[in-house]
Amino acid sequence: MWSLIQIELYKIFRRPRTYIAFGAVAVLIVVIQFGLKIDGDTYAGFLMKDINDTLTVDGKVLNGYLICYILLQLLLVHVPLLVALIAADMISGEANLGTLRLLFSSPYSRTHWVLAKFIAASMYTILLLIWLAFLALFVSMWIFGTDDLFLMKSNYVVLIEQSDVLWRYVGAFVFASFSLLTVTSLGFLMSSLSSNSIGPIVGTMSAIVFFTILSTLNIPLFNVVKPYLFTTHMNNWKEFFDIKVNLDNEAIRGSILNIPKIKTSIIVLTLHIILFVTASVIIIKKKDILS
Amino acid sequence: MFGVFCYKHSMAVIKVENISKNFGALKAVDDLSFEVEAGQVFGFLGQNGSGKSTTIRMLLSLIHPSSGNIELFGKSIQKNRASILEKVGAIIERPDLYPYLSATEHLQLFAKVRKQKVAAISITKTLEQVGLSNRSQDKVQTFSLGMKQRLGIAIALVHNPSLIILDEPTNGLDPQGIADIRALIQHLAKEEGKTVFVSSHLLSEIEQVAHQILIIHQGKKMVEGVTKELLDPEKRIVQIKTMDDVKALSIIVAGGFSQYLLSRKEGIFLKLPTSAISMLNESLVQSGIAVLGIETKNSLEDYFLQITSNA
Repeated sequence: MWSLIQIELYKIFRRPRTYIAFGAVAVLIVVIQFGLKIDGDTYAGFLMKDINDTLTVDGKVLNGYLICYILLQLLLVHVPLLVALIAADMISGEANLGTLRLLFSSPYSRTHWVLAKFIAASMYTILLLIWLAFLALFVSMWIFGTDDLFLMKSNYVVLIEQSDVLWRYVGAFVFASFSLLTVTSLGFLMSSLSSNSIGPIVGTMSAIVFFTILSTLNIPLFNVVKPYLFTTHMNNWKEFFDIKVNLDNEAIRGSILNIPKIKTSIIVLTLHIILFVTASVIIIKKKDILS
Repeated sequence: MFGVFCYKHSMAVIKVENISKNFGALKAVDDLSFEVEAGQVFGFLGQNGSGKSTTIRMLLSLIHPSSGNIELFGKSIQKNRASILEKVGAIIERPDLYPYLSATEHLQLFAKVRKQKVAAISITKTLEQVGLSNRSQDKVQTFSLGMKQRLGIAIALVHNPSLIILDEPTNGLDPQGIADIRALIQHLAKEEGKTVFVSSHLLSEIEQVAHQILIIHQGKKMVEGVTKELLDPEKRIVQIKTMDDVKALSIIVAGGFSQYLLSRKEGIFLKLPTSAISMLNESLVQSGIAVLGIETKNSLEDYFLQITSNA
């Protein structure tokens, strides 16, 4: 199995298209960091305008931790689309190229191939996430420095001590890996249904957009299905930045407000991954390879 | 004849029994049976769309047969897929490869895919065999169709398989390339003792290398026989046209002419000595069969063209 994973990783990283996502993430992050470095104070002033009269904030609001939070909010919506570029091409791309028949007429079973391809695509996804984490968190910390993390929620503010922030980002990135692996597995399922690359890529992106809209619309009819949609749970990495308070309304260090919500989301996302990959294996095993 | 005698007594590397494949209403392969003996070059002939590639894909377990059994090396392909496919090398239809990898990288990758550790010297030798040693480090995106075809054959050979399945291996090759591949096929069978199953839509390509030929048309077997016998100039291919083909066939069988029967699916075709033509006619007429015509074909090529142009 490891041999097949090596083969798949070799193919992924020899393909020029692979690096588009890494380049796109780098460009986006650098552009945002540059903008905030040049005109960050205006941006921070805009963020704080509603509370400036009632609250005085000492220290550096626009620090590396806040920049990372802003970047994740922006990018974790778009990165799934970049992940889909590779994941949705893993099987259909080979079918389109005509190489799938060479792989599937090898001594390895189709189940082995599908699992190896999924694991390789997942490793790519995790690497992309690590790249994003490195640029968004560590480069931002280097450029903007560190301080307490000050977050504006819809009707309250959260202040997390700087020594209590880093582990939350580790948790958020681990959670984000489940979100992105769900997208990888969805792209993979789409890929198993087609013999051309474009259809599964567009299909995966469309499915993400469609379910995201269902997840955000506040219509009673859709509220029934919302808890079961992966898109409802994908953005719950933010829960790591909601902190418990004591009776004096002081933040409790090292606490998370809603751990069950995070657990539920991880379970739902994991079930989606298992469902999508299992469906892919069944489809591929039954499929006649005509391409 | 000695060669034919040998094949009859050696093991069947491929044994296909009554396989059919339906795609919805389309019957791509219809009740096809044949055997390929070890060390043989087996020519699998048919027009484009006749069911050749579907059959080959079933041999390689890429397509699941609707019915029938396939055995390779004496074992069912469905039950012993992994151990069988380790010993098989194949190219199927057009030679599509990874454009961003070089010829050497392709061979390294596909040796691994076939669970084999292949030394660098073997890769160089395989590339030399197909005439690609001077382009070994070039990316495939710079290759012509003929070069891709050569590389496809190298991929089929790199892990030193016992059975080589080549689907239209000379597509896109120039005349020199075709001659090279023909020589390679002969070398593989004669010098290395490999079994080669080669498909083509051109009889002229197959007749020079194949010990045995099978012609398939619309998914059905039309003719199968030893190439030398099928191409024997002493025998003529004859099409008998009668008012009652069913009765005529029973007379042919009863009269001892069944050994000459080539096909009964697209008309009654026999390959028989010239002297036997009048005897056959006589026995049909004496049995009360209205013979509408006896048409002789000059060659197997004529016959092949006729049955395949009836589509």
